[in-house]
Amino acid sequence: MKPAIQLTERGLYCPQGDFYIDPWKSVPRAVVTHAHSDHACRGCGQYLTTPEGLAVLKVRMAADAVIETLPFGTSTHINGVQLSLHPAGHVLGSAQVRIEHAGYVSVVSGDYKIEPDRTCTPFEPVRCHLFLTESTFGLPVYRWPAPGEVSSQINQWWARNRSNGQSSVVYAYSLGKAQRILAGLDAGIGPIITHGAVEPLNQAYRESGISLPPTRTVSQVDNAKEFKGAMVLAPPSAQGTPWMRRFGEVSQAFASGWMQIRGTRRRRALDRGFVVSDHADWPGLLQAIEATGAETVWVTHGYSAVLVRWLQERGTEAQVLETRFQGEAGDTAGIEEADKPEAGQTQPEVAPS
Amino acid sequence: MNQFAQLFTTLDETNKTSGKVDALSDYFRAASPEDSAWALFFLTGRRLKQAVPTKLLRAWAMEQAGIPDWLFQESYDAVGDLAETIALLLPPPTGVDETALHHWVDRMNDLRFQGVEEQKRFVLEAWSQLGTPERFVWNKILVGAFRVGVSQQIVLRGLSKAKGVDVSQLTERLMGDWKPSAESYEQLISAATEQENLSRLFPFFLAHSLEDGDPTRLGPVTDWQAEWKWDGIRCQVIRRQGETWLWSRGEELITDRFPEIESLAHALPNGTVIDGEILAWADGRPLPFLQLQPRITRKTLTKTILRKAPVVLMAYDLLEHQGQEIRALPLVERRSLLETVIQNASGNPCVKLSPLVSGADWLAVSAEQARSRELGAEGLMLKRRSSPYRAGRTRGDWWKWKVEPYTADAVLTAAQRGSGKRASLYTDYTFSIWKNGELVPFAKAYSGLTDIEIQEVDAFLRKHMREKFGPVRTVEPLLVFELGFEAIQRSTRHKSGLAVRFPRILRWRRDKTAEQADSIESIEALLTLSQATQPISNTENPENPGSASRERFLFDL
Ligand SMILES: [Zn+2]
Ligand SMILES: [Zn+2]
Repeated sequence: MKPAIQLTERGLYCPQGDFYIDPWKSVPRAVVTHAHSDHACRGCGQYLTTPEGLAVLKVRMAADAVIETLPFGTSTHINGVQLSLHPAGHVLGSAQVRIEHAGYVSVVSGDYKIEPDRTCTPFEPVRCHLFLTESTFGLPVYRWPAPGEVSSQINQWWARNRSNGQSSVVYAYSLGKAQRILAGLDAGIGPIITHGAVEPLNQAYRESGISLPPTRTVSQVDNAKEFKGAMVLAPPSAQGTPWMRRFGEVSQAFASGWMQIRGTRRRRALDRGFVVSDHADWPGLLQAIEATGAETVWVTHGYSAVLVRWLQERGTEAQVLETRFQGEAGDTAGIEEADKPEAGQTQPEVAPS
Repeated sequence: MNQFAQLFTTLDETNKTSGKVDALSDYFRAASPEDSAWALFFLTGRRLKQAVPTKLLRAWAMEQAGIPDWLFQESYDAVGDLAETIALLLPPPTGVDETALHHWVDRMNDLRFQGVEEQKRFVLEAWSQLGTPERFVWNKILVGAFRVGVSQQIVLRGLSKAKGVDVSQLTERLMGDWKPSAESYEQLISAATEQENLSRLFPFFLAHSLEDGDPTRLGPVTDWQAEWKWDGIRCQVIRRQGETWLWSRGEELITDRFPEIESLAHALPNGTVIDGEILAWADGRPLPFLQLQPRITRKTLTKTILRKAPVVLMAYDLLEHQGQEIRALPLVERRSLLETVIQNASGNPCVKLSPLVSGADWLAVSAEQARSRELGAEGLMLKRRSSPYRAGRTRGDWWKWKVEPYTADAVLTAAQRGSGKRASLYTDYTFSIWKNGELVPFAKAYSGLTDIEIQEVDAFLRKHMREKFGPVRTVEPLLVFELGFEAIQRSTRHKSGLAVRFPRILRWRRDKTAEQADSIESIEALLTLSQATQPISNTENPENPGSASRERFLFDL
């Protein structure tokens, strides 16, 4: 029995089914695990995603993109290969891709996390022979605090800033992270303003049935006084842009798994760092891998060598797979690199002069 | 422990001094005397010996986390700090931390005398109860490496705010080998004893700038006493009951830094307080301020340091005379008493009476003011003859009238984002001048432009950025600015070979190209002109009031 997946220069390819999974160059047929730009590239002939992920993917793809959907847990056959999608718990509509060919089951995880997140369907382990996993936070120092704990930290911080006459700015990925943080905000504290790169995705989440606290963009705020003490959700690329000036005195925070490390928090030179990630932490990775029962594990983006060695020492056949997927932005790489997934997707709002 | 860890985290995250002071004050209000004592001990940089060898801590942490050595090493490489790596690797706590900081420390202090098994049992017990931030702080204490980014001055300001005891008093009580305990802490924050009242200084009276440089609006010249504005360390010399104290304006006790002044004070009668300025002095004029730095920064004062920068006290004012506080007396009366006191001590070469500058009218005084630099002064002080010695920066009676700054046209070559509400703008600039056909960094400046100009420069910079070094971006050398500064000095630490004091932007020279900016030769000419002995302003940096930050802004490049 052989895996029905191989690595090509356009991305992960299933030769028997003649389709790609999260290709990084345009291909005729792409199965997309989720809409982050390192997994969903523009210009493919045809896309397959989950119904939950449709609205979000539309925001990110060209207007005329052909997107088909396949509900979680439903199988389809492409050229004799059985294909189904299963919840990855990463962002809304994010899926693991299960491929069965000649009795051999391969699962491509995409990005995933184990912790509960009410803005997306929770991760479900899928039994397989080959598991292709990410390893963004594949070091035992990464263990996430309980999500509720972080939400209450953010709300307390916001309330205190507001009482000091400061606005609170949280920099987070526009897709997924921003909505997850938004879902935990206490709208009773004050108004929530979102950046132009974030708001279309909030709308997509709401259209998909995820309830989120009310938000407004800058242009929807009539009275500039309302900015003072507001909560502002913006992509990391907004830091230091003219768009920020209207908020007056601000306290700024970065929300990322990398904020777990003091040195990284301090390097960012922001006022706060909140530990929030849509990727699995170390215990999460081990738990997920274990639950698949896989005899072979391929490890991509992140601390892949560390995770591979750990698995090998425990008797699992494991290897590093060099892909072009990216982990979570915000580590030692500068802001510019960090923001690449956001760039070019949406027009930043321009400050009225 | 969690209160203290919480305080550490807040101090770690807070950039503003006021925020740090508030956090400290909140802590000292809530914490028990025992805990406060130890917190104060650690926060002021005092350390205990390492209780447990690092190697053992590392081995126990790996065992608890269930990870092999190579994975610990990978983790350590990613984190960069051993105490933090261990804190993050350990399994989540099984208990709740209800043990106070001082209990942990007390038990730790016994540890050095115990066997490895006892040590291990204790360390594991602590780890199993403490959460991640607490473990981090605890591990730092265990290995004797606790550090936090606040000065003792800030810590004492927080304590002072919480307990209503003067910072100067706390400073003095903490001097030497302070032993933390509930008793010593209570004593520290108790009301001043009679003995301590002896060392008490008066709040300094500070001058405002005469901004338009026009003294005529102050009224008749005869109402005013003019003196040179010197640049040194403003201080109060206190002599009471056979003892001497020398306080800086930042309320730091600096008696032991200036043995000459201390011995001078022996010649003063008991019940005397002089307001003056310490200056490095040679051949009848002040040496550059930089010469005073080793006096403050070096741990021990060698003979060489003492010889290289001999100091004098330039006496300005008398605040206490024959045991009587005389601040309410008019300046003329205080001055004549001061003259008597100094005359009586005049055998001592370390004291000088601040000379008066006179003129029949403001025009004549202006002419004197214009030659300040020749004398090594930076302008004049104008003091109303009838004024009492007020507290703090009160407007109306004291003015500092500085001479025009030195100027140079320099090219903007690098920039960095501002802080606070200017965090989104590039407002901190590095300026360069020509040296051997190359632009070399010459000064940093961050004020003097209008908001509109700042935005314009910001927009320009974003289009012309080149490389990135940490937060600093180099930019194409296209914009020229006229800089003003108070003093120039040779410096081996700076690439240009020169250091300037209090540089600031005077105006944007849109009419000039980078090629037309000044060269090192023209700046060096200024240096020769003033015989390399210009004084350097000390009293108030316009951007950075307060003395705490003073050292950082000495020749800051
Ligand atoms: Zn992703
Ligand atoms: Zn990814």
